Amino acid sequence: MNSNVQIATDHDGKSIWKFLISEMKPKGKFFTPFNIISIPIMLLGLGLIVIRFWKGLGSITNLSQDIPWGLWIGFDVVTGVAFAGGAYVLTFMVYILNMRKYHSIVRVTVLNGFLAYVFYAGALLLDLGRPWNVINPIIGNSFGTSSVLFLVAWHFLLYMIAELIEFSPAVAEWLGARRAQKILSGMTIAAVIFGITLSTLHQSGLGALYLMVKDKIHPLWYSEFIPIMFFVSSIFAGLSMVIFEGSISHKVFFKQISEKNHKAQKGIILGLSKICAGAMFAYFFLQLLVFIHGQNWTLINSPMGYWWLLEMVGFVLLPMILFFVSYRTNNLTMIKVAAVVTMLGVILNRLNVTVIGFKWDMAIRYVPSWMELVVTLAVIFTEIWIFRWVINRMPVLRDSPSWVNTNK
Amino acid sequence: MGLNRRNFFKLLGVTGMTLAVGKDAKAASDSGNNDVEFYGIMHDAARCKGCRGCEYDCADAHGLPEPLPSKDIPAVRTTNETSNTVVNTYQTSKGEVFIKRQCMHCNEPACAAACLTQAMHKTKMGPVTWDGNKCMGCRYCMVSCPFDSPKFEYHSANPKIQKCDMCYERLRTGEPPACAFNCPNEALLYGKRRDLIAEAHKRIVENPGLYVDHVYGEREAGGTGWLYLSPVPFEELGMKTTLLKSSYPALTKGFLYSVPSIFVLVPAFLLGLHQSTKNNHLKEETEDE
Ligand code: SF4
Ligand code: SF4
Repeated sequence: MNSNVQIATDHDGKSIWKFLISEMKPKGKFFTPFNIISIPIMLLGLGLIVIRFWKGLGSITNLSQDIPWGLWIGFDVVTGVAFAGGAYVLTFMVYILNMRKYHSIVRVTVLNGFLAYVFYAGALLLDLGRPWNVINPIIGNSFGTSSVLFLVAWHFLLYMIAELIEFSPAVAEWLGARRAQKILSGMTIAAVIFGITLSTLHQSGLGALYLMVKDKIHPLWYSEFIPIMFFVSSIFAGLSMVIFEGSISHKVFFKQISEKNHKAQKGIILGLSKICAGAMFAYFFLQLLVFIHGQNWTLINSPMGYWWLLEMVGFVLLPMILFFVSYRTNNLTMIKVAAVVTMLGVILNRLNVTVIGFKWDMAIRYVPSWMELVVTLAVIFTEIWIFRWVINRMPVLRDSPSWVNTNK
Repeated sequence: MGLNRRNFFKLLGVTGMTLAVGKDAKAASDSGNNDVEFYGIMHDAARCKGCRGCEYDCADAHGLPEPLPSKDIPAVRTTNETSNTVVNTYQTSKGEVFIKRQCMHCNEPACAAACLTQAMHKTKMGPVTWDGNKCMGCRYCMVSCPFDSPKFEYHSANPKIQKCDMCYERLRTGEPPACAFNCPNEALLYGKRRDLIAEAHKRIVENPGLYVDHVYGEREAGGTGWLYLSPVPFEELGMKTTLLKSSYPALTKGFLYSVPSIFVLVPAFLLGLHQSTKNNHLKEETEDE
């Protein structure tokens, strides 16, 4: 209660509730192309979710006894979390390595990461057959401590809290809560260290989920190093997302970004592309080592083998070279192209492990139903809506209010 | 480059073990205890006449719909959410052979190691059971099981995982499983796993030429509660013969063991790095490469 009073008085006597209510109203034009496309899909998705809980998972998904995990796990959760990796990489660079150059994009990346976790972990709830028991592994009446999924679930939860703490100063600045802002900013470093540790473990943990699935995943995608592969690829997956999202935000939210940060953007993108190229090189090298070590030569001359080559050459090697060259030649457009190719490659890789390479030799293939796709899109659109709502209100892209001690 | 197989995880694992609060490491190796006397069932495909009586007894014992008559079904089926067991017919090099399929009740079940709520559980007696009050329906057990045994009710708002539970409720009251109890051809034998393995090898030795010299389940997936004898190689009966001969949960142990050490080492490392780079930005501002 104490802090509430604090907040209220900070806002020049204006009641905090009145302030909040006025902030709920939409800002800007309503009939934008994005709204016109996203609203029907979100409504349709909502309807489908109702059907799903009413009639069971089989009513809207193409999942089967043979394919228990489909698009919602393979794309929404496994791929979505890889893309959210930008948050831990950037906080590492800015707060641990003190690379101040990237400071201006930390907030937006953390926000993005946080929302991604909320929504993609949310997608996990849609996929649970008995979601009312989801509290069991949390409240501790049955701890499956030998389960990788148990670890991943807990880390999701804790990481969301860490990211919320990292982002909370922006909320405090929005509400004008000066003292809270100070306290919360003081917690940032601890949250960052905790958050990076959690990320290392659950990014690799998502790969470790598949360690037991040895007989069902195509050998080109299975190795005991999947956890390391998932971890390393989350670095460039996350950073490519940051580049991609940043170049869109800079257009859409143009007015919010200060002159200084606009200018800094180029240097940031160039720096990130260098890191991406490095991480991809390490990843490619690892893949090569595993390939040679596993003596997988004989597997190459098959449709799955060509598919694997396409992924490695077209979506790892190629964008790696693009990143490298464009960093050398200061070519921003090429970097954006490289980021998009990298993202496609990460999607491809995650789907190859979770869906395409899973029981690859089965006669009947799993193809997601249109309804699974609509729900996935609805989840993504809802996330973007919330993202936009926050950006338009809190000091995420724009500078903090003047009362904030900028020395921090 | 010294990227030796497993060594990376092993190294982390060793640190992890010493740092572990104890509980994590112990839980993972809980079921690996070979001294426990598990019960199991042996299916002798040389004796099975394919009457499918066990299918009916099983459905009856578990309140599942009655199986369809043989003329309405294909020769080879898989279990599903309405039938915990099936008897399949194969045309083999030695004529028609029948084989009963169901959950194998592994000694170290992948499903139980996968389950984050311990809904899948290896009981002390041997059966692997499912608890609906714990299960959250994530289906990771289905993804992990090397035999694809757990089945899920996709068309229910309150879906259950269905699979053979070796009639655990009956076992607890001292009765044998319904299928083994009722088999008219003595093709199913219920007993202590150790005794069943001895009996299996005895049958192989005493009936030269009748069986292939392979007790399926003795070593598959690290040993299973169900054991099989057959007159023909098991590939001919649609059984997976490329499975690991060691436990599946062991595949994730290296990763799980490394968790505690990462939790200690990474934060310490990060903190050190943070301290040492505190003044870096001063020079970076000018350098800005
Ligand atoms: S066969 Fe599958 S479901 Fe049955 S105990 Fe083994 S891992 Fe579990
Ligand atoms: S579906 Fe249920 S029994 Fe299977 S792993 Fe998930 S929680 Fe455990």
